[in-house]
Amino acid sequence: MSNATLPSTVRKSRGDDLVVSGNQDFVTMTIADQMFGIPVLQVQDVLGHQRITRIPLAPPEVAGSLNLRGRIVTAIDVRLRLGLTGRPKDKPGMSIVVDLRGELYSLMVDSVGEVLSLTKEDFERNPATLDPRWREVSTGIYRLNGQLMVVLDVPRLLNFTTIETA
Amino acid sequence: MDDLLSEFLTETNENLSVLDVELVRLEQNPNNPELLSNIFRLVHTIKGTCGFLGLPRLEKVAHASENVLGKFRDGELTINPEAVSLILQALDTIKSLLAVLEATEAEPPGDDLPLIERLNLCAEGKLGGPAPAAAAPPPPATAPAVAAADSRPATLDELEALWNSIPGPNDPPAAPAVPASTAVVARAPEPVEEPAPSQDLVVPDAEPAAAKVPAAVAQAASGGNAGGADAGAEAATKESAVAAQTIRVNVDLLENLMTMVSELVLTRNQLLQILRSQKESEFAAPLQRLNHVTSELQEGVMKTRMQPIGNAWAKLPRLVRDLAHELNKKIDLQMLGADTELDRQVLELIKDPLTHMVRNSADHGLEIPAERLKAGKSETGRVTLNAYHEGGHIIIEIQDDGKGLAIDKIKQKAIQNGMASEIELASMTDQQIIQFIMKPGFSTAAKVTNVSGRGVGMDVVKTNIEKIGGTIEIKSAQGKGSTFVIKIPLTLAIVSALIVECAGERFAIPQISVVELVRAAADSEHTIERLKGTPVLRLRNRLLPLVSLQELLRLDDREGVAKTEDETFIVVTQVGTYTFGIMVDRVFDTEEIVVKPVAPILRHIEMFSGNTILGDGSVIMILDPNGIASATGEMAMGEAAGKEAAAVQTQRKEDKMALLLFRAGDTSPKAVPLSLVARLEDVDLATVELSNGLPMVQYRGKLMPLVPIDPNFSLGKEGRQPVLVFADGDRSMGLIVEEIVDIVEEKLNVQLAAERPGLMGSAIIAGKATEVIDAGFFLTQAYKDWFGSASTEAFDEEKLQRVLLVDDSPFFRNLLTPLLSVAGYDVTAVENANDAMALCEAGEDFDVIVSDIEMPGMSGFDFAEAVRHGSRWQRVPMVALSSHASARDLDRGRIAGFNDYVAKFDRDALLFALQQTLTEQKGAA
Repeated sequence: MSNATLPSTVRKSRGDDLVVSGNQDFVTMTIADQMFGIPVLQVQDVLGHQRITRIPLAPPEVAGSLNLRGRIVTAIDVRLRLGLTGRPKDKPGMSIVVDLRGELYSLMVDSVGEVLSLTKEDFERNPATLDPRWREVSTGIYRLNGQLMVVLDVPRLLNFTTIETA
Repeated sequence: MDDLLSEFLTETNENLSVLDVELVRLEQNPNNPELLSNIFRLVHTIKGTCGFLGLPRLEKVAHASENVLGKFRDGELTINPEAVSLILQALDTIKSLLAVLEATEAEPPGDDLPLIERLNLCAEGKLGGPAPAAAAPPPPATAPAVAAADSRPATLDELEALWNSIPGPNDPPAAPAVPASTAVVARAPEPVEEPAPSQDLVVPDAEPAAAKVPAAVAQAASGGNAGGADAGAEAATKESAVAAQTIRVNVDLLENLMTMVSELVLTRNQLLQILRSQKESEFAAPLQRLNHVTSELQEGVMKTRMQPIGNAWAKLPRLVRDLAHELNKKIDLQMLGADTELDRQVLELIKDPLTHMVRNSADHGLEIPAERLKAGKSETGRVTLNAYHEGGHIIIEIQDDGKGLAIDKIKQKAIQNGMASEIELASMTDQQIIQFIMKPGFSTAAKVTNVSGRGVGMDVVKTNIEKIGGTIEIKSAQGKGSTFVIKIPLTLAIVSALIVECAGERFAIPQISVVELVRAAADSEHTIERLKGTPVLRLRNRLLPLVSLQELLRLDDREGVAKTEDETFIVVTQVGTYTFGIMVDRVFDTEEIVVKPVAPILRHIEMFSGNTILGDGSVIMILDPNGIASATGEMAMGEAAGKEAAAVQTQRKEDKMALLLFRAGDTSPKAVPLSLVARLEDVDLATVELSNGLPMVQYRGKLMPLVPIDPNFSLGKEGRQPVLVFADGDRSMGLIVEEIVDIVEEKLNVQLAAERPGLMGSAIIAGKATEVIDAGFFLTQAYKDWFGSASTEAFDEEKLQRVLLVDDSPFFRNLLTPLLSVAGYDVTAVENANDAMALCEAGEDFDVIVSDIEMPGMSGFDFAEAVRHGSRWQRVPMVALSSHASARDLDRGRIAGFNDYVAKFDRDALLFALQQTLTEQKGAA
């Protein structure tokens, strides 16, 4: 779980993956009016509002767990993970379910948008001045018409050890 | 068929099929070391299991093949097709031997010398080009005795069928099929059973060929349904029937099935919910059926993963037996809780550690018989395996009554291996020192036997157990043996759980650790009291520490869920010997749940042992009572010694007895051991009749005499009167009292012996001077013959000698215990001889033992013999207590080792005998 500390060359090679494949599809989502994207192949499911069981003593980012067709899914509040304030109570929100090493996680976001197919020309590495918390979980930025989309790196997003040490 | 054998057949057949493929691949890529080592390993496994099961013929063939493969592996031989086909031949031989083994459960007689010779030649590198015989088929198994007995002069057709059925005569140059058959015909009248003579595979000889046909084939043929060559060939090539009975399924597949079934269950529940809201529906019947099928399906799928732990133990009795022979020890292996179910995967993983530990116990733990005798133990050492569920875990104990771990040796070794310095060791507790045996490369066995003591030991065991999230704990008592306690979490095991609610959240508590539920509210008899903020509960005169789940889990009342009045439920939970209460807001039902592990990012939270999905589809966390106990600071893990002490303490605590307090006669409170009282009754005085000058009531179809405590007490004519009913066997008697006051639990410590008949003495009970009633006195008032004659005369001398009372009847235990206490003895009562022996082993000491003779299990005579022969209590005087007191019994008692023999109902005699025996003992000492 030391992705965050990998030397930049290695990271680049991960990024190359995106570059080589030319067009890549992303599921887009909005959190606090900012657009984010996750490679579509990593997404298992998109859920509406779910009943979530709180898990006492868990890290604050862990919102709880829910039942997805007989599997227990751990819900992560991406807002808190990104250092934002919690979601207002009146907005139900949506979730994107991803798989990490056989475990399912549900990423709670404000809303889920459409799937975009983006070309590598629009891709750019994270600006050096980006908030370190964001830089840690993002592989780069896509320049879209009128807005920017931050690509989320799921393994790093779910790597909680770095939060604890931070 | 023997489980072990069928397992072996399944496994070996599987291995053989793999080997066939792998060998062919090896022939094509001779330079693939991985392939080669895999083949070597498989053959080695076959050899090993054959040896283990006592199948010498198979073992020899496998061994010879392994040798050749070993040379390949070491590069001493190059892989050539001849050698490979030789090994394939050997495998075919093994297969045919297995077929016979499957049919008859015995290895066919004979040997495979020629093949082995050739294998050996090959191993020595002397096998050059393809010998003419190399193409000859390997001999199938020799016909076993069964077949021989069945055999009769065969017809040409049958023999031909048999001949054709011999596997793989691809190129029998010297003997084409037809001449061979004729050859057989010529000899057919001879009994085929002739000791399968030559076993010669170089020359394909017709006679052995016929004789060597596997039993199954021979029977099929002689059964007359052999339709010629086809049937025979089919029979020979047919897959092993045993192997076909089981299939191996990927665990993932089962996991998926389980998930699907859970989903099905949820859907069914929803449907049933809808159905319930509709009064009449045509779906009712089919839904009901769906309901049943789903339940059965769920059960079935769950079962696929669960196996009794006994499966992992199946090989142990044999192992221990062999060990006993090899080490010249006498070992008795006891296995308890073999039906404790546990996840298959977990089972596989603990199999080897368990075997290793049992070996260790038998090898290092137990002493040789001579040493045991010297130490005053019975010759036969005992290794006990015990498995059970506890607090959401499966506990497996491996216990031996051997010499225990040698702390000094461990210290020495630790210093030798540079693991610790002498100074460090000096400051360590024994418990800490014992932990060294779990460190890698640590073996204290002075002698390396081929069983254990090779340095790969407890550290491997520990690693394996920790791999599945378990823990291992060692307890050891010098000279008394050691105990290894393995604790495995039951991920995926199915448990019954109690669903509770706290601060609007629901949690599951494994039912297994729940002792009872108590409702505490302002208006109920239980209220929560606080000691400097710490909640406690008085429960049956003991203080129960309480844990607030809300505080423990830092749950805040979300949206201020109004706390329902002051009502709290307390889940009384037990972890080991520690009992505590968990405060919750509500208690729901119990539900069968499947424990699923929590996500990796949550594993550090020790309050939860897992999570699960309830029937209504919601996710719920499962509380881990062990985690809660250790978080609340009470239980320190690994402190086995402390635990032991606690166990002894509870035992002492059990000296406390429940006493019934009542008033009768004068104003002073009176008490009687509750256990003596069979029932409390309220007698309507109008029903009291006089008979034989005594008041009686008809009670349960019998006459029950009523006895007042105060002889001058006269019964009223109407109203109701509380009565304590004493019963023994079919006789009962009512003691008239005025008022039943309370039931308390207290150590009965009679301080003043009474002079009045009917009173045992006075004691402080519930803070007041209380008269303790001698129930025996009143019993004799009702029935003169209840004990024969009886009158209490307390001996009060200045002594507190410890008496061990062994009697299976609780009534007499309860009767004699106070009697003896009053007479100045410190009494410990147990209900059978085994418990008594356990006390002996636990290091308790007594001045005298009083034992009943007729007891279930170990009788008094046996007990006396056991005590006299080699127990620590050899010199403790013993008094027998029996309802039979003939001269013959007396003699028998003395022979068995009793010092005195007293009739059961003669209490004076008992007290006298005790005094006498003790004085004698003192005089002798």
